[in-house]
Amino acid sequence: MTNQTDAFENALLSLNKIAAKKLISEIAQAEGAMQCVEKIVVPVMERIGSKWEEGNVALSQLYMSGRICEEIVDTILPSVDPARKREPNMAIVVFNDYHFLGKRIVYTMLRASGFELLDYAQSTDIEALAVRVKEDNVKLLLVSVLMLNSALRIKSLIERIKLTSPETKIVVGGAPFRFDPQLWQEIGADAMGKNASEAVDIVTTFMEKIA
Amino acid sequence: MTTEMTSLQRVLTTLGHQEPDRVPLFLLVTMHGAKELGLSIQEYFSKAENVVEGQLRMRQKYRNDCIYSFFYAPVEVEAWGSDVIYREDGPPNSGRPIIRKPEDIKYIEPPKVKETPCLIKVLEATQQLKAKIGDDAPIIATAISPFSLPVMQMGFDKYIELMYEHPDLFDRLMKMNEEFCVEWSNAQLEAGATAICYFDPVSSTTVTPREMYLESGFKIAKRTIARIKGPTATHLASGRSLPVLNDISQTGTAAIGISVLEDLTEVKAACKGKLTVLGNLNGVEMRKWTPDQAEAIVKEAIAKAGPGGGYILADNHGEIPWQVPEETLLAISESVHKWGRYPLNWSIDESDEA
Repeated sequence: MTNQTDAFENALLSLNKIAAKKLISEIAQAEGAMQCVEKIVVPVMERIGSKWEEGNVALSQLYMSGRICEEIVDTILPSVDPARKREPNMAIVVFNDYHFLGKRIVYTMLRASGFELLDYAQSTDIEALAVRVKEDNVKLLLVSVLMLNSALRIKSLIERIKLTSPETKIVVGGAPFRFDPQLWQEIGADAMGKNASEAVDIVTTFMEKIA
Repeated sequence: MTTEMTSLQRVLTTLGHQEPDRVPLFLLVTMHGAKELGLSIQEYFSKAENVVEGQLRMRQKYRNDCIYSFFYAPVEVEAWGSDVIYREDGPPNSGRPIIRKPEDIKYIEPPKVKETPCLIKVLEATQQLKAKIGDDAPIIATAISPFSLPVMQMGFDKYIELMYEHPDLFDRLMKMNEEFCVEWSNAQLEAGATAICYFDPVSSTTVTPREMYLESGFKIAKRTIARIKGPTATHLASGRSLPVLNDISQTGTAAIGISVLEDLTEVKAACKGKLTVLGNLNGVEMRKWTPDQAEAIVKEAIAKAGPGGGYILADNHGEIPWQVPEETLLAISESVHKWGRYPLNWSIDESDEA
């Protein structure tokens, strides 16, 4: 697998979509689509995420790698495929501010890891968001922000959501949480993802516990 | 050096990589002026006079070594036709992007600076500030780099896709943005600004790999900065700079805003004699600092980057969050005045002891 993961990582970081696609198609055919996602795609995306965390890969590479992976995984494991992990319900939202890149990367990485999730786009309205979480029976809500004021306002969002959906877990992410590692606890979140690959890990763990 | 310098003398001396009387303090406060005047953030930025009064009061209260004529980042895309979304407790955000699909780039034109009301307001504030402050303190204006402005013009994800997938349209957008950035920067200098803070977070290796930067952001910065008729300080707004510091020093800029993610000692060594270091207090954590913590952090930053000059103490993002209380800002200022006085013999003694 090491040669294959290295080759896939190289293909992604050099944005060689054709090579990446060919490699994954061959492995998926030989070993099965979900097996290929779990053994190749997810570890490589985690590795790229860690390299970004260490300052050795740029955000633009992380984003483009995620896009390529999402496209490839959509081919070998279409969104209607029963092997996709869609239960329990999960949703993602940009809260209070208007910076979408972080959410887009996490959404892409989760889909590239075989998850299906609801995209709530952007919301500033705590009440509407809490109602939607309840109606959709969302068990895990991922909240992305860029601004400090938005991060602090998540506290009110969490308090409101827990009133009507006490079981729902809230995972937060975004720049303010990277610059203040205790902030997620201060606002009452259940977890914080420092980057998209951490978000995938957290989601995997939570989903196993919740399911 | 014991004679008290003016703020401007202090800053110019440190930019010349010599020790002034004290480490200069750039407390880059934008929204705190609104608090001081008892106005909402939206109301505050609606009139040049408010910002003038706010900045003058901030300088007096915190003994700040600069006037910051920056209003809010989206003012530039507002000039291009975008909306601005105000918040009660944070900086305004840009609204719907003006470029919704790459092809839109073929049909947009840059605004004319001196005919655009939101930019005229900033220029009026700069003129009034210059009339009040004279040569006592530098007025730091800002311009978003041509390479970074598209994050607000089209959204970050779409911009990354443009960079990789539509090189012709990327080039066209950069040409327009360069013209706008030069015109906007020079208009602010003409209005009385001393220097331009060239905000360029996309050039950080946090966002763009070095190889790509050398082919894009670097060349753009070199061309643009050469046409700006005054000194510039490049700011990467919390992004990492170490792998491209030497490259940035070749763009013609005089200073660099540093992220808290990087070690000041390492950065100072890499910048020595080439770039003045600006930074790198953690603005996000700052809201929770006690006065003692603020003093310890300021002292540590001065010990690492102060010796030899070429250092200005500031936050790491280029804007202090609204949530940072006055007491903390006062403690930071007090600490710079206490520990920043040259020669920094105490830092040498303490490092000898260690």
